[in-house]
Amino acid sequence: MILAKTGNEALAYAMRQINPDVVAAYPITPSTEIVQIFAQYVSDGKVDSEFVAVESEHSAMAACIGSAASGCRTMTATASQGLMLMHEMLFIAGGLRLPIVMPIASRSVSSPLNIHGDHSDSLASRDSGWLQFFCETVQEGYDTLIQCVKIAERTSLPAICAVDGFILSHCMERIETFEDKPVREFIGPYKPNWNLLDIKKPILVGPATMQDYFFEFKRSQIEGMNQALPIIEEVQAEFKQKFGRGYGIIDEYRCEDAEAVVLLMGSACGTMRDAVDTMRNQGKKVGMVKLRVFRPLPHQVLKESLAKFKTVAVMDRADTVNAWGGALFTEISSALYDSPTRPKMLSYVYGLGGKEFSLTDAATVLEQAYAGKKEDLVTYIGVR
Amino acid sequence: MANGECGGDMAKLKSWKELPCGAIIEDPKAVLENKTGAWRSQRPCWNAEKCIHCLNCWIFCPDAAVMVKDGKVTGINYDYCKGCGICAQVCPTKVQAITMEEERK
Repeated sequence: MILAKTGNEALAYAMRQINPDVVAAYPITPSTEIVQIFAQYVSDGKVDSEFVAVESEHSAMAACIGSAASGCRTMTATASQGLMLMHEMLFIAGGLRLPIVMPIASRSVSSPLNIHGDHSDSLASRDSGWLQFFCETVQEGYDTLIQCVKIAERTSLPAICAVDGFILSHCMERIETFEDKPVREFIGPYKPNWNLLDIKKPILVGPATMQDYFFEFKRSQIEGMNQALPIIEEVQAEFKQKFGRGYGIIDEYRCEDAEAVVLLMGSACGTMRDAVDTMRNQGKKVGMVKLRVFRPLPHQVLKESLAKFKTVAVMDRADTVNAWGGALFTEISSALYDSPTRPKMLSYVYGLGGKEFSLTDAATVLEQAYAGKKEDLVTYIGVR
Repeated sequence: MANGECGGDMAKLKSWKELPCGAIIEDPKAVLENKTGAWRSQRPCWNAEKCIHCLNCWIFCPDAAVMVKDGKVTGINYDYCKGCGICAQVCPTKVQAITMEEERK
């Protein structure tokens, strides 16, 4: 069915179709509507979910962990300060390998206070052991959230599905939704690895581990993330087969004979596609690489894609406050360091606090990438 | 098993590949191997004469350190009791069969 939906509405709609056992959530701009609309579905009896209205995001994630540990398919939604308040709990969900699925309307992190879209919140959670997907459009957000349930459960890893705050969460788009039945068939019934409440098979969850076992458990968790990429590809292929729409780990746009490419994540990819078209019309060989999966970072995929270009400009919608470039830039540079051919790497930070990222900005980055040089190691786009 | 406070023979420790997903302990009895009584700063003292065997302490003890036989409290297991004092709190006011005392008195 073709519907006009904002990002939040589309994500809530997908959650209704997923029909999770438990949703524990707390409202925060710009993801409030996801929870609000879902709560309405609960009140209207359109889902079977138990909705837990908690007193904070820390409690929301704590409740989700308890629920998931009890073998329930569990979801929540948040953004920005809410994700910050969950931070401690994110690591626990990751370490316990609980496949909680969480849409995020990515937003800046205070201070100063700002409610608009950038990737500071999700990127600050990068080491918490959650899968992270960044979506370009509302359609992709809807599709990805449905995929996330299957990916999370198959990898035993929690998953974040991020759409850019306001830019996607509040903008209405024409989206193609699926019927409920095929969505439920696609995700299938949830078979948890273990269940804390199974009295026939008692287990201990969340033990204290000391010097002799903590590192070994962490190593095992890291391996779970290391093994996630083929599972993501598998689920993406199943999704494409069932619904006819597909996504890759990365998306190369007009990269065939490109000399320089720009790599970025999220809604700004749409702007960049347009700027690439304009440059191509001028005969300049430029392209765009969209990174859709940030965790696990697809090192090998990135290496194979990027090593062939002369220049790669990496654009971060979050800053690391003097790690010399954003998280994407440092991670991708590091992934490419030992490849036989190494492109010149340029670092850009853009769009913090929802700062407009215009076609002119996109063209500036592309021109500099095409020229293969710029003055500063890190360039802040659009800052006065 | 997972709690190595007591160290143990490194040769017998499992590799990361042998560990269950999510750091769960599939044999909950493994906690018996780790005696945590040394953590205590206060010790519950149980008075057999005052005890009415309501089993509140047994229900509420987070560490299963209240010993019971045939429905009657027989004492506190100091190998595991961490001295949280919950047993003394839930012991009925009129009974006060459990009192907390300084461990190093």
